[in-house]
Amino acid sequence: MSKRSFDVTRLPGTAVIAMTCFVILYIPMAILVGYSFNAGKVIGNWEGASVKWYGAALQNQAFLNAALNSLILATTASVISTLFATMAALATTRTEKFRGEGAIHIILNQPLMVPEIVLAIALVIIVGQIKQMTGYTGLGFLIAAHTTFCIPFAYLPIRARLEGMDLSLETAAADLYASRFYTFRRVTLPLLAPGILSGFMLAFVVSLDDLIISDFLKSPGQDTLPTYLMGELKRNLTSEIYAISSLLLLLSVLIVAGSWVATRKKD
Amino acid sequence: MSGPEIWRRWALALPSVVVIMLFSILPLGVVLVYSFLTPGDFGNVKWIFSTEGWFSVLFERNIFDDTISLSDANLTILLRSVLLAIVTTMITLVFGLPTAWFIATRAPAQRNLWLFLITIPFWTNLLVRTIAVQEMIRSEGVFNRILLALGIIDAPIQMMFTDFAVLLGMTYVYLPLMVLPVYAAIEKFDFRLAEASYDLYASRFFCLRRVILPLIRPGVIAGSILVFVPALGAYVTPRIMGGGKSMMLGNLIDLQFGQGRNWPLGAALSIALTVLVLLALIWYTRLTSGRKENDHV
Repeated sequence: MSKRSFDVTRLPGTAVIAMTCFVILYIPMAILVGYSFNAGKVIGNWEGASVKWYGAALQNQAFLNAALNSLILATTASVISTLFATMAALATTRTEKFRGEGAIHIILNQPLMVPEIVLAIALVIIVGQIKQMTGYTGLGFLIAAHTTFCIPFAYLPIRARLEGMDLSLETAAADLYASRFYTFRRVTLPLLAPGILSGFMLAFVVSLDDLIISDFLKSPGQDTLPTYLMGELKRNLTSEIYAISSLLLLLSVLIVAGSWVATRKKD
Repeated sequence: MSGPEIWRRWALALPSVVVIMLFSILPLGVVLVYSFLTPGDFGNVKWIFSTEGWFSVLFERNIFDDTISLSDANLTILLRSVLLAIVTTMITLVFGLPTAWFIATRAPAQRNLWLFLITIPFWTNLLVRTIAVQEMIRSEGVFNRILLALGIIDAPIQMMFTDFAVLLGMTYVYLPLMVLPVYAAIEKFDFRLAEASYDLYASRFFCLRRVILPLIRPGVIAGSILVFVPALGAYVTPRIMGGGKSMMLGNLIDLQFGQGRNWPLGAALSIALTVLVLLALIWYTRLTSGRKENDHV
């Protein structure tokens, strides 16, 4: 048969709307990046191309501190939450229903069901009092809070991976007299690795993205990238803010590209 | 399952369970308790039982003659939050469904590229994306500059701090959340079914309505819930795009713990918002579990 005259996958108008959609998604970000190369301080007053605001950002101690805080926080929270979530996923999959399984499941998903502003308010009430009573104002509160809301995000892909895994390989290992621990380390864990990796990346990005909870819980000097950016946005809108925003945009492009390459290799 | 095995499984889940109990469920319980207390003079609460916080969610008492009336300010914000969340969901669906369709019907190699282009904004910081939309419509922003340069307007149009600005911002930031689940559903759709309906002389519209839409419904519902839930509880986008003029529930809650100094009211509003979100999620599970039963038939 020659070329089909009637294509069932074609719906009139979808291509036009889809293109509009991509244009709408990318134009604001493109303009933001464009203005970050503005030599002038006032956004929109184009005074020639320059990378000076990137230079200014990289010498801005407050920005560098915020970047460091974000990095420490996102790394710590995502490592802990991925570890806990992996254990929880191992506990709740590949099993017949057991007593309390439903409860565990609801608890693990609970942070997803509460609007972030509500969780932020709830935490600030308690943390405010702990800060007063103990005098401790370290990053610990932020790490605990970020770990909490990262757990469900890390849990979902790991659980999905475990549910799709073939039990027969582990049975085979057991048949060959591998110990429980040896089977876990040499069979289960390598098979689970892609799930753990995507859980970790999801948790990392979610932590990096968080503004509300960090903003409410932070003590002086604990600005993260989003809270620093929000503060600057209120104080003064300069080309430097756009340079910092563009750096964050670049970071997410790198993370997405990285995860695509990583998952491609695994496949 | 044997007793020790159950213990082993509980022990494995324990760290996650304890962390979430301590830092999410317990604080939420405190909020519930606070919603039934009396506001302190400088914020915080007095430990005296009161239902005034809950009362103030919908009503206000005249301080001179103690008459009770509906609280227009709170009702407006409540209504705006629900309406904006619904309209955001609808607009993202109108744009997201055709986009998902477009991506799912490309050749596999091309498909990954389009998917990549949707994934990037999905992973990009919400604040950065909000700043990007703000640049488009602020007084000295892109639109006003273009319109001024073309001589269409003499003075900048004030678009920021309106319901329109909040709606635009939320549509922009939540659009990828709609596209991805709908895409996943369309990708699984068996196009031979559409072909069969066309063979039986179905029109394009009939095929879309009676064959395609019912089968991709789970994806549409998942996308709608993924947009509706964060939109209802939105805080960052309305704060930047709406400011003090077009507040949503999240901002009203924040206000009670800040300038408003009415913690019990803020706590009651928080619980109310959480209940609204839970209702949406329960409705979602009802819809999708009903679906599964049908699939077996």
